[in-house]
Amino acid sequence: MITHITLDDLEDLALGAAVLGTGGGGDPYIGKLFARAAIEEHGPVRLLSLEEVPDAVRVLTCGAMGAPTILIEKIASGDEMGLAFDTYEAHTGTKVEAVMPFEAGGINSTIPVMIAAKRGLPLVDADGMGRAFPQLEMETFNVYGVPASPVAIADEQGNTGIIQTDTAAKAEWIARGITIRMGGQAYIANYGMDGETARRVSVPGTVSLAIGIGRTLREARENHKDMIQALIDFFATTHYEEARIVGSGKITDVQRRMENGWSVGIATIEPFGGGTPMQIRIQNENLVVEQGEDVLAVVPDLICLLDVDTAEPILTERLRYGQRVNILAVRVPPIMRTPEALAVFGPKAFGLKHEYRGLGLDA
Amino acid sequence: MRIGIDVGGTNTDAALMDGMTVLGACKTPTTSDVSSGISKVLRDVLSLTGVAVSEIKAVMIGTTHFTNAVVERKRLLEVAAIRLGLPATKGLPPMTDWPNDLATTLGRHTFMVRGGHEFDGREISPLDEKEILRIAGEIKARGLKTASITSVFSPVTPIMEQRAAEILHNEVPDLSISLSHEVGRVGFLERENATIMNACLADLSTKVVSSFRQALKDLSIEAPFFISQNDGTLMTPDYVARYPVLTFASGPTNSMRGAALLAGEKEAMVVDIGGTTSDVGMLMQGFPRESAVAVDIGGVRTNFRMPDVLAIGLGGGSIIRDDGLRIGPDSVGYEITSKALVFGGDTLTTTDIVVAAGLEDIGDRSRVAHIPASTINNALDTMHRMVDEAVDRMKTSADPLPVILVGGGSILVSRDLPSASRVIRPENASVANAIGAAIAQVGGEIDRIFSLEGTSRDVVLAGAKAEATERATKAGADPASVKIVDIEEVPLAYLPGSATRIRVKAVGDLVMD
Repeated sequence: MITHITLDDLEDLALGAAVLGTGGGGDPYIGKLFARAAIEEHGPVRLLSLEEVPDAVRVLTCGAMGAPTILIEKIASGDEMGLAFDTYEAHTGTKVEAVMPFEAGGINSTIPVMIAAKRGLPLVDADGMGRAFPQLEMETFNVYGVPASPVAIADEQGNTGIIQTDTAAKAEWIARGITIRMGGQAYIANYGMDGETARRVSVPGTVSLAIGIGRTLREARENHKDMIQALIDFFATTHYEEARIVGSGKITDVQRRMENGWSVGIATIEPFGGGTPMQIRIQNENLVVEQGEDVLAVVPDLICLLDVDTAEPILTERLRYGQRVNILAVRVPPIMRTPEALAVFGPKAFGLKHEYRGLGLDA
Repeated sequence: MRIGIDVGGTNTDAALMDGMTVLGACKTPTTSDVSSGISKVLRDVLSLTGVAVSEIKAVMIGTTHFTNAVVERKRLLEVAAIRLGLPATKGLPPMTDWPNDLATTLGRHTFMVRGGHEFDGREISPLDEKEILRIAGEIKARGLKTASITSVFSPVTPIMEQRAAEILHNEVPDLSISLSHEVGRVGFLERENATIMNACLADLSTKVVSSFRQALKDLSIEAPFFISQNDGTLMTPDYVARYPVLTFASGPTNSMRGAALLAGEKEAMVVDIGGTTSDVGMLMQGFPRESAVAVDIGGVRTNFRMPDVLAIGLGGGSIIRDDGLRIGPDSVGYEITSKALVFGGDTLTTTDIVVAAGLEDIGDRSRVAHIPASTINNALDTMHRMVDEAVDRMKTSADPLPVILVGGGSILVSRDLPSASRVIRPENASVANAIGAAIAQVGGEIDRIFSLEGTSRDVVLAGAKAEATERATKAGADPASVKIVDIEEVPLAYLPGSATRIRVKAVGDLVMD
């Protein structure tokens, strides 16, 4: 059991978060540097499981919004998230007592670690996505009735805002508009709740899950073990349970095009040893993998492309012809598979016609 | 006629070219003063070909000198590393993720100042000119000779870097100043890292460029000379003296472009087989395809335009195991002349296999006569499969491509490769670097995020192309020959429709009288 996040955990966390990013969520490199600087200055971050969080503790969730391309150029001041927290506290007249990531995949896994270290707060070992998703309403918090508003938003210049609106989808829409005016990158704190609610509405254990994924891959590599098998075995010990390689092969085609302002892609993978090619549909993250008529895995289940030799997760913008990949699919835990949850981040929420069927489950 | 020179860590090579024909090539050891090695190889190649000095219209030099200086931490200056961007960027000061020894060598003189721009060109903060003046005082007080200036989104608008440089120059006239927008692309930390490294080379670059100049003067060569940069295009000596960092990846680029010329192919895969590894890279329109991932130089993360090269553990000294089913990745390396069976050693290597198969006659053939035919066949199969897979992996489409084999280990490949339309083994491959330098063209590039508010994608794309073309012409390209060779457009993920990142590269032939 991980009770504290230390400097030694950050490499593992970043690697695991890249796997949970399912091809998107941004490169965690810069977030890792920020978390490292904060822990060096303030010490390790206490990690609280959902069971340990006292009922009345006020939890605030957070992360960054915007384009990863901007995040790598306009480096954060490091004060943005603190300012979003201050803004939230001033607006609500409450004091935040624990921090939780709203997204376990990609760069947003590391930003809550930084703010928890800086404010001397514990980090709740859970999140609202269980992976990476592109939008703020795609949260189990929203699914199970926690209002997205008020949303506190801040940038590096000290600009702040509070968004108060009735639905999570509208909060997302307005926050993204402000993010563009803030220079394409903003820091967000919202979905405030108490500990008792957090226990009911969050995907448990996802911070330690990310660290565990990274650690499993690293240790397997160091000991020359089969990294993929080690990862599958590791998932079996978690509440994600089911992970398997749904296909392996060579990328033979990557097409990208614009649809409604989003960059949408299709990657084609020719299986080693022939057979029907597999196709992955991408919209920031990997959404569905199909082979002919068969649906091998579909969102919200995780679809991760891992390099055959190194087991490194491959970001969608770096996909290209000739890469040898294992397609790892991971079933999301039960809290993400209910009809209410699927209405918010299931296939239809992404405009797909597919019915969701959890990996390894009957229809 | 032109001469291409490659100044490597070990050898200095020269190739004299008439148009695209190699008239002669020579090799000589690199000297510590650089210039006497260049003089010697120039003299050699001129006497070999009998070409008069007056017929030489241009000299192109490729060098790994600056890369080696950073890797070896030698002859580097302390740097005033100035950043414009506050309040942004405050969280990760300059040189945050650097190896400690290199950061210490450079003195850790870091300064963060208010300034910088947003992706759409608005200011983050106005430039704090008073603070720049104060830093000028610090630079004088600390006796620093060189400074780097990196501003947020300077690839979108460089005006703050230029203004800060102007102020520093007025205060400290002798200061050498490196500006990040001249060095790199979007990706702040990587660009800043490269700019700081550039600044620490200021003294060495001046000396090396003047030693090049001296070598040409010694031989009374009055033709202009150029130095090749990372992407295989040319820079003037004055520009290299100011931006040596732009030569960091020129070695592999020149080698691949030289191979392309020797083989007469523009769309091909180059396989360079050495003693321990094989490097596989793809040529598109005669230029290496560039890597998209961060590249470490001397332990520092950069985003240089490096050729995308896949290295596999197969070379002339690779060790054979499991009756030929497993090869490498370990190799006897430079000890091949004592460790390989054919040279009297006791290790079965790939070179032994090709001798045993009767494909090559190297060393003592009788010492490999005992190797079973099954092992020989297995090993040959394995080697060809490894090369074939690497070639296939680096391709951008399923179509077969010509494969150009270079390097001393190219004897390992004797058969056709399923991934290749044909296999080419050019002559003069050992001086491919010098040839690549000699044929280099002149380029211009832009890489920027364009806001789409109030304009359209087509308009910004056309503007980007025109600007890249103009840059190539300014750098000395014949306007009639300039072509757009690469366009990359990446809409900003998670900010639909608001902005797009466009990279355009144009190249053309050097204007020569």
